[in-house]
Amino acid sequence: MDGMPKWADVVLVPVISLILAAIISVIVFMAIGQNPWEAIKLMAYGAVGTSDFLGYTLFYATNFIFTGLCVAVAFHASLFNIGGEGQVLLGGLGAAIVCIFIPWPHWTLALVAGSAAAALFGALWVVIPAYLQARRGSHIVITTIMFNFMASGLLIFMLAGPLKPAGTMQVATGIFPEATHLPSLHDLAGVFGLDLFGRSPVNISIFLALAACVGVWALIWHTRLGFEIRALGRSESAAKYSGISAVNITMIALLISGGLAGMMAVNNTMGINSPQLVDNAAGGAGFIGIAVALMGRNHPVGIVIAALLFGALYQGGAELSAATSVQVQIVVVIQALVIMFTGALDEMVRSPIRKIFLRMDRSSVAGE
Amino acid sequence: MDFFTFVQLGDASVRMAIPLLLACLAGLFSERAGIFDIGLEGKMLAAAFLAAAVSFTTGSVWVGLLAGIAISVTLSLIHGIASITFRGNQLISGVAINFFAAGLTVVIAQGWFAQGGRTPSLPREARFGSVDFPGALTRVRDKMQASPGMQFYSEFISGHSILVYLGLLTVPLSWWILYRTRFGLRLRAVGEAPEAVDTAGISVVRLRFSAVIIAGILCGIAGAYLSTAVQAGFTKDMTANRGFIALAALIFAKWRPWYALGACLLFGLFFAIDNRFQNIQLQVIWIMVLLIGVSVLMTSWAARKEKIDLWVLGGLSAVLTLIALLAWRGAVTDEIGAMAALFETVKVPSQLIQSLPYLFVVIVLAGFVGKAIPPRAGGQPYVKER
Repeated sequence: MDGMPKWADVVLVPVISLILAAIISVIVFMAIGQNPWEAIKLMAYGAVGTSDFLGYTLFYATNFIFTGLCVAVAFHASLFNIGGEGQVLLGGLGAAIVCIFIPWPHWTLALVAGSAAAALFGALWVVIPAYLQARRGSHIVITTIMFNFMASGLLIFMLAGPLKPAGTMQVATGIFPEATHLPSLHDLAGVFGLDLFGRSPVNISIFLALAACVGVWALIWHTRLGFEIRALGRSESAAKYSGISAVNITMIALLISGGLAGMMAVNNTMGINSPQLVDNAAGGAGFIGIAVALMGRNHPVGIVIAALLFGALYQGGAELSAATSVQVQIVVVIQALVIMFTGALDEMVRSPIRKIFLRMDRSSVAGE
Repeated sequence: MDFFTFVQLGDASVRMAIPLLLACLAGLFSERAGIFDIGLEGKMLAAAFLAAAVSFTTGSVWVGLLAGIAISVTLSLIHGIASITFRGNQLISGVAINFFAAGLTVVIAQGWFAQGGRTPSLPREARFGSVDFPGALTRVRDKMQASPGMQFYSEFISGHSILVYLGLLTVPLSWWILYRTRFGLRLRAVGEAPEAVDTAGISVVRLRFSAVIIAGILCGIAGAYLSTAVQAGFTKDMTANRGFIALAALIFAKWRPWYALGACLLFGLFFAIDNRFQNIQLQVIWIMVLLIGVSVLMTSWAARKEKIDLWVLGGLSAVLTLIALLAWRGAVTDEIGAMAALFETVKVPSQLIQSLPYLFVVIVLAGFVGKAIPPRAGGQPYVKER
């Protein structure tokens, strides 16, 4: 930005924020009497130590790519979609309904229909908050928080009632029909004679996530709509004067955002080893999307990197809590620290760096 | 339902409303000063944990209360540093605080007590007991046989924790501070026009920090109330979204203290009803009248507006009508005809009752029922003119 080279903005600031978050995490580990070095080693092993663990990391990363993109698209329009969690749940509902009630001949068709339904349901869940933001000026953050709670209520109602197979106790749908099961990367690697990823649920929807990244990149930076979204995000009044409809662009940006969140459901309902929709299907991924988008600087490449990092953190944290007495919520703490430092305390990190670069500029000018 | 049931329901509403009320007033001070605070939930949770942990360790509930307030104020200060000093995004900071508290309370509770992320159950003396007024009956059996006046006195007026009475007192106190003191005037001004306050030579930063500290104190009391008065100890995520419902109540109350009391009591009543009556039944005809009536109203309103209104509200109306028809269809059986099914009763899903506060907020936010206008400078960091 001003006085700072681009690489410092894109790489240096996030890395320093991350280091600060890591320092506080180390303090937390020490406070609960856990050797930080041991914990980090355990987490690293748990995240990438075996092919199986790596598969889990990639599985979680797939989730976080979708929710990260969801938050990022809204951020480009200066909107804070905190409702990813609810949109994921609705997406799961869409995918489940399509998979259960329609007899699909082959998984490819089920994948297309399932992701379309998931995206549609996710997008529909954001219609009312988006409309209220665009037309009535109601704050999108509050409305989407409320819609998160309503989504979990709706999901539990559906899972305990209409979608529950007779004679089961679990609050969940039945296992989806065999034909809708998505092949896992383990199966895919098997085709080439490789034995990778063990029993981990990572599946072909990771390619869907990467395709979504390319799609978002093309949309935001290479289409007229993307330009309008960014223009609205930078300055609403300027966008309006140049003839952009704030109402339409707000609605469209949020619908795309909701659709991306909904598509996460393809991975975590249709893609898992025993495909079904359970309550708490989102598992906080909607919120991790906020951290991922902030850390990835709202750019698909950054989001993929941040999602991999959070996938590793999530999986490593699970293994850590299995091996020690540390609770798995340590992951939530680290996530909060990343959000704090890369999001809210951005200026704290940025301004000293900017000053250093300004001074370097000045001294080089003086030296000439 | 006899009179005593009503009294009990009122009693439970007040009990449920107090943490909401304290958090709501916390949000009120903060937002009136122009600082959005969606970290109420996290602050309450952190306070609930530390209050219970310290009460258990020291055996004194008052020390616990102070510890709860201290941690809540600390989190408030972090929020203040992020959003006032470094002019960061207040919403993101609030989100971070919520997660920080949700994760850290469980992790530390495990490190401290090793009981799976809970504190041990608090003994009687490490809790806030109920304050029994003179002459009030304490046993339920005695109360049931007493006269209505006595029932009201014993169940509704007497027998709450001291924090309930304190919590109710904060309403007039907040009103007095906000509307009858110089500090309150400046606090409200800084949320509407910080540049004017700055021009008058008053520090915007100091005022906003005082506001977030007050918010921290109130959230601290709310959290301590949950873990040391309502329940005996801390459990994971025990605030159960109360911080967000408090925000909802704040919007419903249009950022005014007395209205906040009303809104919190109303939401408290929702919870009390949901707790007490697990099985709420409604005749199909009323469901149809309600849902289809709302649909017709919405569509006819939207039809006079632009195309987008018609699309969204019309679509919503179609969904509501479909739900109404499905409820009717569900009630039809072979023995009774379609007409008789209209007068059948169906159970209202408890998830719907639990979602009512959230639904309420969305309706209020939509601005169709009295527009809620937030403080003008809310959410914007103040940059001093140079």
